[in-house]
This record gives sequence, C-alpha cells and structure tokens, in this order.
Amino acid sequence: MKDIDNAPTAADSAVTVRGLVKHYGETKALDGVDLDVREGTVMGVLGPNGAGKTTLVRILSTLITPDAGHAVVAGYDAVRQPRQLRRVIGLTGQYASVDEKLPGWENLYLIGRLLDLPRKEARARADELLERFSLTEAAKRPTATYSGGMRRRLDLAASMIGRPAVLFLDEPTTGLDPRTRNEVWDEVKRMVGDGVTVLLTTQYMEEAEQLATELTVVDRGRVIAGGGIEELKARVGGRTLRVRPVDPAHLRPLAAFLDETGLTGLATATVDTRRDDVLVPILSDEQLTAVVGAVTGRGITLASITTELPSLDEVFLSLTGHRAGAPQDSAPADTREEATV
Amino acid sequence: MSAATLTAPTNAPDARIPLRAHLRHTGALVRRNLLWIRQDPESMFDALLFPIVFTLLFVYVFGGSIGQALGGGQDQYVQYVVPGLMAMMGMNMAMGVGTGFNTDFNSGVMDRFRSLPIGRGSVLFAKIAVELLRMLFATAVLMIVAVLVGFEITDWPGLLASVGLSAVFGSSVMWVFLTLGVVMKSAQSVQAMGFLVLMPLQFGSSIFAPPGSMPGWLEAFTRYNPLSTLADAARGLMTGGPVAHNLWITLGWSVALTAVMAPVAIHKFRTKS
Repeated sequence: MKDIDNAPTAADSAVTVRGLVKHYGETKALDGVDLDVREGTVMGVLGPNGAGKTTLVRILSTLITPDAGHAVVAGYDAVRQPRQLRRVIGLTGQYASVDEKLPGWENLYLIGRLLDLPRKEARARADELLERFSLTEAAKRPTATYSGGMRRRLDLAASMIGRPAVLFLDEPTTGLDPRTRNEVWDEVKRMVGDGVTVLLTTQYMEEAEQLATELTVVDRGRVIAGGGIEELKARVGGRTLRVRPVDPAHLRPLAAFLDETGLTGLATATVDTRRDDVLVPILSDEQLTAVVGAVTGRGITLASITTELPSLDEVFLSLTGHRAGAPQDSAPADTREEATV
Repeated sequence: MSAATLTAPTNAPDARIPLRAHLRHTGALVRRNLLWIRQDPESMFDALLFPIVFTLLFVYVFGGSIGQALGGGQDQYVQYVVPGLMAMMGMNMAMGVGTGFNTDFNSGVMDRFRSLPIGRGSVLFAKIAVELLRMLFATAVLMIVAVLVGFEITDWPGLLASVGLSAVFGSSVMWVFLTLGVVMKSAQSVQAMGFLVLMPLQFGSSIFAPPGSMPGWLEAFTRYNPLSTLADAARGLMTGGPVAHNLWITLGWSVALTAVMAPVAIHKFRTKS
C-alpha cells in the first residue's frame, strides 16, 4: 500500500488524517477529511449535530473502518495496525462508556487488566485514578448510582488508565449541567497539562474556546475551516468594541447616539445590561478611532474601552451560513451520531 | 508517550495477541460478568426457577398419562423426562446469552472494549463461560428437584457425562444466539426469535414424550432433531440404554454448530459498527 508514503506525516504529528471518507448508504458522514493534530496540543473539532464528528472519532479509535483515505494515530495506521493503535489511545465517548452495573473501582480495574497491567498494578492504578478524579468515596458503589458528572469523571479516568499518548473526547460534556461541565473542563485541562495530545469534538463554542488551542470546523462531512482559534476569529473579520461609561445611566443615550452617528455600518450598537456597557461592531481601526472620538466629543466619561474578537458562534455562522446546531433542511443526518445513543 | 511510539513505521504488521493474554482478558471479563450476578442476584432467578417449575409441571401434569403409555406410571415418566429436561435447560440458557449480550452490546461500554487492545473474541468467550456456569447451576437445581419427585440416580458417571454433553451442546447453541444478539437490533427481537426457533425444536423432539405416537412427518422431524439425540443420549447415559449412536450425532452437531457459528459471531462482533 503505497498511499501511506504519499502523505508525509510531520514528525511531531500525533494524528494525521488524509482524505477520509465514510458513507452510510446515501449519507456521506465523512466526505474527504484532512486533519493534523500536533503532539501535545488540543485540537477542537467543532460542528453541529450530523457534521461527522463522531464518525471521525470512531474511525480514529478503530471502531469502524473508513471507505477511503487513511488515518494515522501516534504512528499507527488505523486500518492496518488497529491493535497497536488501541494501546496508545484513550476514548471517552459521547455517552459515558462505563459498565453501570459495576462499582467505579471494578470498572477501572477491569480496564487495567484488559490493558495487560499485572493485578497489583491494575489495583494501584484504579486507586490512584479514583483519588485523582475525586471518586474515592464512591469507589465501591455501582456506577448506576453515580450522578452525571461522576459518571463522566469515571469515564475520563477509564480512558487514562493506559497512559495514552492520544486521547479522544467525543462531546465530553454533552448533556451535563453548567456546573458539572465546568468540573469536566477542569479535569480535561489537568489531563492536557500532563502532556497528552487531545482531539476533542464539541458543538459548544464555549467548550472549544476553553479547551482547544487549535480548531477544525466541520460541516456535513467536510472541513470548512481550520487553524488557531484566534486566527480563525481574525479570518472571519470584524471586532466588537465594548464601551463602558462610568455612569450606567448613560448607557442608553450612548447607544442611541452611536446609532445616530452611523459610524459603524455593520450593525446597530446594543446595550449589555449584564456588564453595563455598549457593544459596537467595528470593521477597522479607523472606525475604532472614530467611535472613540465621537464619544469624547459628546462629553460622556468612560470607564473602559475594550475590543473583542467575535465569538465562535459568529465564526460558525459566517463560515457555514447557518447557525451551529440549527436544523439543516437539506443536510443528511449523521446516522452514526443517532445510532450511538 | 515516548517519541519512539510516535515514529513507529506505519507499514509494519499489526501486533498479535498472545494466547496467554487472550486467557487473561477472558478471565477479566468473566469476573465482570460474575460481579453482575453478585450485584444483581435476581438475574439468577431464571436459572433457579426454570428447572423447578418445568419439572413440577411436566411430572405432575403429563406424568400420569404419558407414564401409562410408557407402560408404567408417573415414576416411569420421571425417569423419562428428567434427562430430557436437562437437554432443554441448555437451550433456554443459550437463549439468555443472546438477549443479555444484545443489551450489553447496546451500552457504551462495548465501544470501550472494542477500543482496547484485546482479542474481540474474549468478550464472547467470557459471556459463554459465565453462561455455562449458570447452566451448571440450573442443572444442579434440576437434579435436586428431580430426586425430590422420585428420580433415581442409578449411574453417577453417566449423570456427569450427560451434564457434560448438555454443556457441550448448549455452548455450541450459544454461538448461534450470540450471533443473533450481535446482529439483531433489540433484546426483545432476540427473545422473540429465540422462542420461535426453540419452541418447535423442543416440543418436536423426544424431550417430553416418546415420538412413537406422533404422525409420520413429525416423527421424522424428531428423529433428525438434535435435541432428540441429545435427550436420548442423556437418557441412555443416566438411566441405561443405547448411547453411542446418539452421543456421536450430538457431538457432531456441537462441533458443526461451533465451527460455523463461532467464527460468524466473532466476525459480526468485530465488524459491527
């Protein structure tokens, strides 16, 4: 198979994907995906439901085989060397993949044994990971009695047993409440701190922003954009200016005044009552200067002026033409993401 | 991980899993399935109640009349039906393996197993090992009830041999149901399918009644039904009578079923997305 040689992989590439295709009948879950994840980084794969994210992770973790293209993880080909590949990866699926009937400790011990750890070491590793993920007290309880957050933490612990080089997190916080989600984020950040390479799929812009250093945006089985998060935001263009008057009573007059000046051109100024400031979309540094000048001329004392890059929601909207997660009329649903429920 | 693993040549052949690792993985998974039983002892109710209910039903409902036809009474029927029930037990336990595996398969934990560097067969072998243990338990219950309703154990080695034969045949049938468990969408459909196949096989056999009085076509069916040969072999081993012919046919069926269905089950399991 010479195709391997045609796709040189960078020396520091932990995951290399070239031309990956997977069809389910008429549905193209993946339609020629290229992707590189550098060692020690966190790659966020962002896309709405049915974009092909889960299919990608399932191929990379050898659960399914692609129809075309190839994938190399930590130097092992996903199709030709699945057993070696499985030894260096960790997987946390969209739905907690732990045995609900077993206690937390038994879950971890079982996986340790399946990863060929000697009994003593498997026991020690189970204890150690329960401690680290704050589950020691629940160690002997059946997992079915765990809360959603505990289960997800156990799932993360399970994927860390083999000290993986590459970790796949498939929508790790889907279905969790905000507080639990923050807990899981903290755990993931700690894992990243240990130097593991992470490929994370998510539908949440906030999640990608929190965890990922680089981002690949997928839609309907194709990569539509990729790069550093800041870089992606810059590419989409436009910034938001946050102007905060000292006196909150000036908020509405200020917004009305900025609208009247017609400086911005993009959209109207809006008041953010939560943060007591006025949001003004701007396109250039000249506009920034003009806004500042106009406000100063009006005699309103300002507490602060900051510029913000656009949110990932806005990035997605401008890249795909539809909102992330919004129902797509003509897009085929990704059957995999349904079937794994 | 070390840089060495990251730069391993991608054209090297895949690693093989040594036999000892296979056994270790299967052992770890057997432990998992045994822990389920400890966590949920009710899952043993079927293995406990099934032999009690069926023995009592058949002996007290049909025992008198069929026993008469056999030239004796209820006592004679007990001697006739207990080896048959032992054969039947294996079938019902085998069906359970399919439904249980189907439920297990549709849980997220199966994805994790399949993403681990273990032989895919280990998961199936562990399931069969645990199910065989359940079957032995059910058989022990059956023998206790059988003795209580008047079954006479005359030949202990023969009894053990027929237990072994039922286990061998039962495990070969388990591969059929494991395949159904992997292939079919829900546990309910596996169960429905199981009943559909098992009911005619069990009743159209020499398990409950001698086929002599059946119409010709049915008698012909029972003669080739492997459950008949298993029941007859067990009968011969436990209560005396010809054994060899039925024994070989039963073993032949077991080998054939396993040789065909085990690779199919493992393949279906391996390639199931």
